[in-house]
Amino acid sequence: MLSRTADSLYWVSRYVERAEYLARILEATTRLSNLPSSYGGAASEWESCVKTAGCDELFGQHHQTANEANVHQFLCFSSENPSSIRNCIEIARANARAVRTALTYEMWDALNSAWLELKKYDGRKLTRDDYGRFIEFVKTLSLTFDGSAYRTMLRSDAYWFSRLGVYVERADNTARILDVKYHVLLPETERVGGSLDYFQWTTILREVSALTAYHWVYRESIKPWLVADLLIFNRQMPRSFASCYENISRFLDALGETYGRQGPSQRMARKTLSTLANRKMGDIYDNGLHEFITEFIDDNNRLGSTISEQYLV
Amino acid sequence: MAAFDEMSGFDGTTRDAYAKLEAWLKNTPPEEFATRRSQADVFFRRIGITFAVYGDEQSTERLIPFDIIPRVITGPEWSLLDRGLRQRVTALNMFLKDIYGPKECLRAGIIPEDLIYRNAGYCLQMINQPVPHDLYVHIAGIDIVRVDGDTFYVLEDNARTPSGVSYMLENREVMLRLFPELFSQHRVAPVENYPDALLATLRSLAPRTASRDPNVVLLTPGQFNSAFYEHSFLADKLGIELVEGSDLFVRDEVVYMRTTQGPKRVDVIYRRIDDDYIDPLAFRADSVLGVPGLIGAYKAGNVTLTNAVGTGVSDDKAVYSYMPEIVRFYTGEEPILKNVPTHRCREPDALKYVLDHLPELVVKEVNGSGGYGMLVGPHASKAQIETFRKKLKTEPEGFIAQPTLALSTCPTFVASGVAPRHVDLRPFVLTGSDGIRCVPGGLTRVALKDGSLVVNSSQGGGTKDTWVLDA
Repeated sequence: MLSRTADSLYWVSRYVERAEYLARILEATTRLSNLPSSYGGAASEWESCVKTAGCDELFGQHHQTANEANVHQFLCFSSENPSSIRNCIEIARANARAVRTALTYEMWDALNSAWLELKKYDGRKLTRDDYGRFIEFVKTLSLTFDGSAYRTMLRSDAYWFSRLGVYVERADNTARILDVKYHVLLPETERVGGSLDYFQWTTILREVSALTAYHWVYRESIKPWLVADLLIFNRQMPRSFASCYENISRFLDALGETYGRQGPSQRMARKTLSTLANRKMGDIYDNGLHEFITEFIDDNNRLGSTISEQYLV
Repeated sequence: MAAFDEMSGFDGTTRDAYAKLEAWLKNTPPEEFATRRSQADVFFRRIGITFAVYGDEQSTERLIPFDIIPRVITGPEWSLLDRGLRQRVTALNMFLKDIYGPKECLRAGIIPEDLIYRNAGYCLQMINQPVPHDLYVHIAGIDIVRVDGDTFYVLEDNARTPSGVSYMLENREVMLRLFPELFSQHRVAPVENYPDALLATLRSLAPRTASRDPNVVLLTPGQFNSAFYEHSFLADKLGIELVEGSDLFVRDEVVYMRTTQGPKRVDVIYRRIDDDYIDPLAFRADSVLGVPGLIGAYKAGNVTLTNAVGTGVSDDKAVYSYMPEIVRFYTGEEPILKNVPTHRCREPDALKYVLDHLPELVVKEVNGSGGYGMLVGPHASKAQIETFRKKLKTEPEGFIAQPTLALSTCPTFVASGVAPRHVDLRPFVLTGSDGIRCVPGGLTRVALKDGSLVVNSSQGGGTKDTWVLDA
């Protein structure tokens, strides 16, 4: 297939995934900020939200302080923010349009309908309820788009490139949440009895829709190291590092097999996957959680560029 | 001036071919039509059929209005058109081969030399340059208008990159979905085989050096082009790659496309990019749409471009005026399809006549297209007429003039109900090394404004499904 087609498929998926991620962190933050401050609710949550979205610097250029209204506006619709949900959907749709023939009708329809729906929000003053509906709409888009891809695409290179986009983006998103909140996951921050951080931990789990999953996996109350373990090492958890890399590696191998050639991206993915398989939370705390996460983000970015050099240009 | 109506002729008597349609229009409740029209709209919007209009920033993606009342052509009418189109396209190909080769038509005095040599569409790089299979116009979209029960005129030949065929195909799909009962009452010739015919034509044009399974691609300027939807639609129907200039590169006079598995050779390029933009090394250096070195590969005979480079010369409206002579000269036959009588303003007598009769004539730029840069005398303001008078005096050779034709009308849904609106017809004629193919029908365009004669989608025209009835 054309390199440009593969590139667009990859980025369509990345942008849809990113839009959903932004919707999820906004949703979790709204919930946290609504708690009384004695339970850990705090205005600073909105700053942390912008940080988790990875656009705190840009946000700072346009706003002095972060609050519910301006963060929602900035992350959902702002034209000054290249990674706003609106821009994500628009870029995804533009990419999809450029390679429309490589998408199934259902995938195109999901994106195109969302793009048409997006126009209804233009130039309107939105209430809290409107934002709530918007967040739901974005989550539905990603479910529909992802489901369409899964259910309608031929299992060929087009599908694999599109899946790679999902998992490379998802790995990055999970890592960013951990990167911003890593301090609340350090063992020494645990306090005996009811902890302020409890709500921080559940927020993290909500951001990756893993709160219920946590209970099923660990069958105990929420402990920071277990939250970290779930999001880093647990292969059953669809947004964990390990699960993302299991998928990335699988799809890269499928490409390598079909094309009859392995390359640097296959090797990199396999290496990260084996690191994740062989390490335990204990070593990571010993060597520094923050360092581990930063290194993972860098490696993941490098993998993105390597995939690009190997196939997409 | 009364126009011939496709349904009711000049005198209001329903023509046989339209009898069942008329009954359908009469017997269907208006609400039903309203529902079906909005269904059609939703359908088009969702599959993404849009047409960007240049110079209109607000609506970069806009629907071309679709009218649900079909336009009907009888079997015998089509058979005449079909023969006429084949004859005309055959002559066009021979003409182009001649003017880029031996130039016999110039020596025979069929057409003035300067009309060719000083023509902006005449491509110097193509002189004495063989093209694969000696064919130039592989895909032609010949615009036809009708003025009475028997007379069809060719309005334009469109030998460069004619568009609109996706609407021909999609309009039919939508009609089949919306009105299956109508199709059961009429024997409508199918058009759905057009993509197959096109692919067969393109494959037949591969250079002789190509493999037995030639790689055909469609080259688009990209998604911001007004016809991008059509490009992606056709690539999909044909099962070929839709490429942009940056997807292709040339090495050792061979064209390759960049794929995830490395370079792959390209044999036939159905290009929807104008000559000027196709290769920055050969033509406009500022073009970012094209492929550097493409013309080199083309001249070396390693790739086929459809249509060939340099066909624009026959789209020139002054050259058009010589088409009857051109058809006679190359085919030895009388032209089956007529030309609209045309005054060439480059000729002093004609210019004088045109200047004296501006309010009743249609004046066109010889190299204009898409309904831009023309004057429709009867509908023009005094100021517009005076502007054209000045233009004509300064640069008479840049214009031709034609009588304002009473284009036939066809019943059409408008705000006030069903009313006659002017229509034209663009059939698509395919020429491969293995013969000519012409799918029965074409794109009917309709001027939605009352009395308007401009059917171009860029100027607010709409489209209809076109039914050729099996006799």
